[in-house]
Amino acid sequence: MNAAPLPPLEEIDPALSEEINSYLEEWKDKEGNLIMMLHEIQDRHGFVPREASLLLAEATGVPMARIYEVLTFYNYFKLVPPGKHNVMVCNGTACYLKGAGRLLAELESRLGISDGDTTDDRLIHLETVRCIGCCGMAPAMVVDHKTLGKLNPTDMAGLIEGIRKREESGNDQ
Amino acid sequence: MMPKTIEATINGMPVRVPAGTSILKAAREVNVRIPTLCKHEDLLPTAACGLCIVKVGGSPRMPRACATALEEGMEILTHDPELTEVRRATLELILSNHPNGCLTCGRNLNCELQTLAGDFGIRQDCMPRYVREQEPDASTGSIILEFTKCIKCGRCVQVCQEMQDVWALSFLERGINTRMAPAGDIGLADSPCIRCGQCSAHCPTGAIIEDDETVTVWEALRDPEKFCTVQIAPSVRVALGEAFGYPPGTDLTGKIYAAMRRLGFKAVFDTNFAADLTIMEEAAEFVARFAHGKGELPLITSCCPSWVDYMEKRFSDFIPNFSSAKSPQQMLGVLAKTYFAKKQGIDPAKIYQVSIMPCTAKKFELERTEEMYASGHKDVDVALTTRELARLIKQSGIDFRNLPPASADSILGTYSGAGLIFGSTGGVMEAALRTAYHKVTGRNLEKEAIDIEPVRGLKGIKSAAVDVDGTEVRVAVAHGLGNVERLLLEVRRARDAGEPPPYHFIEVMACPGGCIGGGGQPYGVSDELRSQRIQGLFDGDRGMELRFSHENPEIRTLYDDFLGEPLGEKAHRLLHVRYKARPTYQK
Repeated sequence: MNAAPLPPLEEIDPALSEEINSYLEEWKDKEGNLIMMLHEIQDRHGFVPREASLLLAEATGVPMARIYEVLTFYNYFKLVPPGKHNVMVCNGTACYLKGAGRLLAELESRLGISDGDTTDDRLIHLETVRCIGCCGMAPAMVVDHKTLGKLNPTDMAGLIEGIRKREESGNDQ
Repeated sequence: MMPKTIEATINGMPVRVPAGTSILKAAREVNVRIPTLCKHEDLLPTAACGLCIVKVGGSPRMPRACATALEEGMEILTHDPELTEVRRATLELILSNHPNGCLTCGRNLNCELQTLAGDFGIRQDCMPRYVREQEPDASTGSIILEFTKCIKCGRCVQVCQEMQDVWALSFLERGINTRMAPAGDIGLADSPCIRCGQCSAHCPTGAIIEDDETVTVWEALRDPEKFCTVQIAPSVRVALGEAFGYPPGTDLTGKIYAAMRRLGFKAVFDTNFAADLTIMEEAAEFVARFAHGKGELPLITSCCPSWVDYMEKRFSDFIPNFSSAKSPQQMLGVLAKTYFAKKQGIDPAKIYQVSIMPCTAKKFELERTEEMYASGHKDVDVALTTRELARLIKQSGIDFRNLPPASADSILGTYSGAGLIFGSTGGVMEAALRTAYHKVTGRNLEKEAIDIEPVRGLKGIKSAAVDVDGTEVRVAVAHGLGNVERLLLEVRRARDAGEPPPYHFIEVMACPGGCIGGGGQPYGVSDELRSQRIQGLFDGDRGMELRFSHENPEIRTLYDDFLGEPLGEKAHRLLHVRYKARPTYQK
């Protein structure tokens, strides 16, 4: 209930409007075009901004209610900007049995966010995923495309610290 | 071509129905009721709840009767120990995701889920309960979404999207996390919601209820500083009785007045009086536009606050077509605190005005624009729905059935049959035409022509050409907002093409059937019920001597003593509004 006021249509960035129109141009006569255009938007922005949905609704005549039904049905679509660093905890059967839940709990408590959320500074996004195919390394995680295995809850503090350190040194350059 | 007829048996009884009839509906033909929590007569089947399962022939499958058409020669079994057992298990599953809070629920004693749980004799929780926590959404001040009580039947979403074409509610997420809510994390008040409350009228549980304000009214009634007054809308009188065991459509005007006096209201007014006044203003507007070319045609009615909100959000290019006349509720409110106060010598600041409405959106209308404060005070202080009034009467210990009738207070209480039929689809049009005819021709419609039949009935869009002294007046009536777009697109197309308008006068009411089917009326709405309530209004009209708004003696006195002329300066200041385009989403 704390979403920001939506700007009136005419105040939305014209570049975004142009972008939506280009998707519409490409997809308007094709079946299943709503989902494909939402993919395009997410590919470009990393998530589907509310303004983009509003413009899409306006341009296609598909109500916002229906667009959000699609967006929230599929796990794939994101409604908020992703974190800069992605922390995925595998919760497939093997990892689940080997204590993925404890890893997640530790991360949630240290980051102060829940599964699926991003830290307020947008630095770290935390999510659980189904089997990543590394059952031999259970419990496993993927941090910024790098797979880590045989983890313990006690490893989590260092892992977060590592991300923050890399970020700081990156900023110093 | 005659539709093909299907012959089959249900529980051994032969049944003949048109091809395509569902098993659920066919069963009713032989007086068999199959339980369901998702299928509603107004809506398409969704096969969501799983309670209406039946057996077909010897098949071990159990198809859902709501979504399965009866076929030639089928042998349907609707009830046996096994089906009852499966239904009980399904109910137990639904209950395991539903809070156990019946005693403090807005639908206590009037809940479809509670009733079925009672009928099936469920006496204990058979499964661990899981209810996803979520705060209710009370942002509209009209209806409250109690997400935890939702059983995901989908009725409200279908009502909001298909029947009303509002698209405020949507089916978000999936599985155990599914919820009916506006798109994105916003409150209903920031969504396209128009507060019509049809979602609440169709919800089988307490997941969508009106914002109950009976306590506010009790507090006002016990305040010695307040002079409490009340007005009763046309359609309330033919529906309230359902809460007291009367057949739908029974006109209980006199008893309601009496109950109001017992409750402690110092003056009892009738919204029907203000409906007559609305007609005076609206008919004057129509004649000015139609006969004298002053303003856009078609003229479109504006007494329905949900429709006004919808128009401002979705069809704002029709603002010049809208009647600027306020709704009867607001007209009565402003007169109670000006005209009545002056005549009776009462300080308007002390007058507390309660309205009894069939409608949840009327709560919202009270503060819709600054013009709702035209008396210098809030013109109407609180609006109660018919459902809340029933509760108020029950709380007060009034033996409603044995209460002798009373009358309303004069100067804002006398009404014509034209004012009474305002509560039905087509009623505002009919009332306006009766007075417009008089305004144009200088005489009244002949007795047998007073009933304007083509604008009556439950067809979604009705149109007619009415002869006014040799001139054709083309009118159209739409009810249920899902029917409006087609009509307006027709008008817009003609306008854009520079053609004459297809209609001169259009009436719109947001709810199917009009106010008698309003979102705040007693539960259990169906077309049969709507027809019975409408019949109550038209029977009342036909039984009245006074059938023209312009002949209402109190209306004449009001103009002579206070307002001056219809559309005059004072009438404009007190009785009219302006409109503006609004965004469908605030957030």
